[in-house]
Amino acid sequence: MSELSVNHLLGIKYLNEQDIQLIFETADHFKEVINRPIKKVPSLRDITIANLFFENSTRTKLSFELAEKRLSADVINFSASQSSVKKGETLIDTVNNILSMKVDMVVMRHPNPGAGVFLSKHVNASIINAGDGAHEHPTQALLDSYSIRERLGDVNGKNVVIVGDILHSRVALSNIYALKLQGANVMVCGPKTLLPKYIKDLGVQVETNLRKALNWCDVANMLRVQNERMDISYFPSTREYTQQYGVTKALLNSLDKNITIMHPGPINRGVEITSDVADSDQAIILDQVQNGVAVRMAVIYLLASKIKH
Amino acid sequence: MSQKVLLNAKTINIILHRLACQLIENHNDFTNTVLIGLQPRGKFLANRLAEMLRTHYKIKNIQLGHLDITFYRDDFRRGEKILEANTTDIDFIVENKNIVFIDDVLYTGRSIRAALTAIQSFGRPNEIELLTLIDRRFSRHLPIQPNYRGRQVDAINEEKVKVNWMENEGEDAVYLVNS
Repeated sequence: MSELSVNHLLGIKYLNEQDIQLIFETADHFKEVINRPIKKVPSLRDITIANLFFENSTRTKLSFELAEKRLSADVINFSASQSSVKKGETLIDTVNNILSMKVDMVVMRHPNPGAGVFLSKHVNASIINAGDGAHEHPTQALLDSYSIRERLGDVNGKNVVIVGDILHSRVALSNIYALKLQGANVMVCGPKTLLPKYIKDLGVQVETNLRKALNWCDVANMLRVQNERMDISYFPSTREYTQQYGVTKALLNSLDKNITIMHPGPINRGVEITSDVADSDQAIILDQVQNGVAVRMAVIYLLASKIKH
Repeated sequence: MSQKVLLNAKTINIILHRLACQLIENHNDFTNTVLIGLQPRGKFLANRLAEMLRTHYKIKNIQLGHLDITFYRDDFRRGEKILEANTTDIDFIVENKNIVFIDDVLYTGRSIRAALTAIQSFGRPNEIELLTLIDRRFSRHLPIQPNYRGRQVDAINEEKVKVNWMENEGEDAVYLVNS
């Protein structure tokens, strides 16, 4: 078996197609493991992982922590709100202090784009980016592609539309890289104000009409409107956004085909998708969450196998 | 590199029949017994024995599974070789069952140690036995011995025992390889 071409998972941008296939094949094995009566393997019993969350997170943090524990790694958790970061400590100092406690791997979420790359150049540990500002969220993109592969058999050749707040979304950027790498056709759809100006340069199609986009696609990945990152008003009202870009059951039923609906969570029910869509057979939102643990186990396992004993 | 034939197809066939008969002697109709082939290479032997018990010895309820031990090995991050995982395929409950682990070569015993840990994830078996085609004597790192052995081989550490199966290498044969 080949190994990953990278020592850190900083973004999908740094991976190649073989890396993604290797992660998926490994995740298949872990998915079988987490469905056993005893869901734990001892592989990483001599590895310590620090989860550093400089920004709030619920599901990503839980998912990483569960993945680490299922691999028998020792886990320490850190969140910025309760730490010396508030007292003015720099990122490198914070992390080096933690590393001097003999930590082998760091999972980090940070509000600044590039924080993971910066850290990987200054500290001696394997870094996994769990989201850096509006830049990348590689494990989310991997689990999204893994879920598409599981549902539709393959990602290659599929039409995937990413709907909503593309401008503030790290999920969108990582997904675009991952899907393009696997040969999918990618479209972004949203109000013009929430589409980055040069997004076409990434090789994606741009559409502002949701119905057209849904008629084109096999999979629609519905993003959350990130109100917390919006310092100005990007659309007149939530109600208007919902009318233009919200997916309802009636809209899905009026399409010529049966498309798959994804959502990275947390869902604003009734804004980007209605409850009956979120809970329908077409939605694979909870599969995404389950696959998230298996995919993160695969990433951690493969990176850990490159740490010299 | 030189290699010597330890077992040819005919001898392997005779040994497989003997092992099958020994299993029947201890497990009767296999109602409470399951066969588990250890991935990757024990799978071929396990499949072959299960097939033989079903068709030749007319035993109806043979339960066969395959167990991958990659994530339970004790040499993770310790060798040059990246450990490659295989499929685990056990679609029955092992709680209170009599398990027979099946592998092609027993060498250091470390794979079996890993398998003993791995199988616990599927429940608490009543007892576990070990069947191997080749038992390399004097090379054990752990106190593990087979209950059923095809052939005992005294090989020095530099030598390798290679088991070929019709299913993947196109012939049934066991070689002693001197590198």
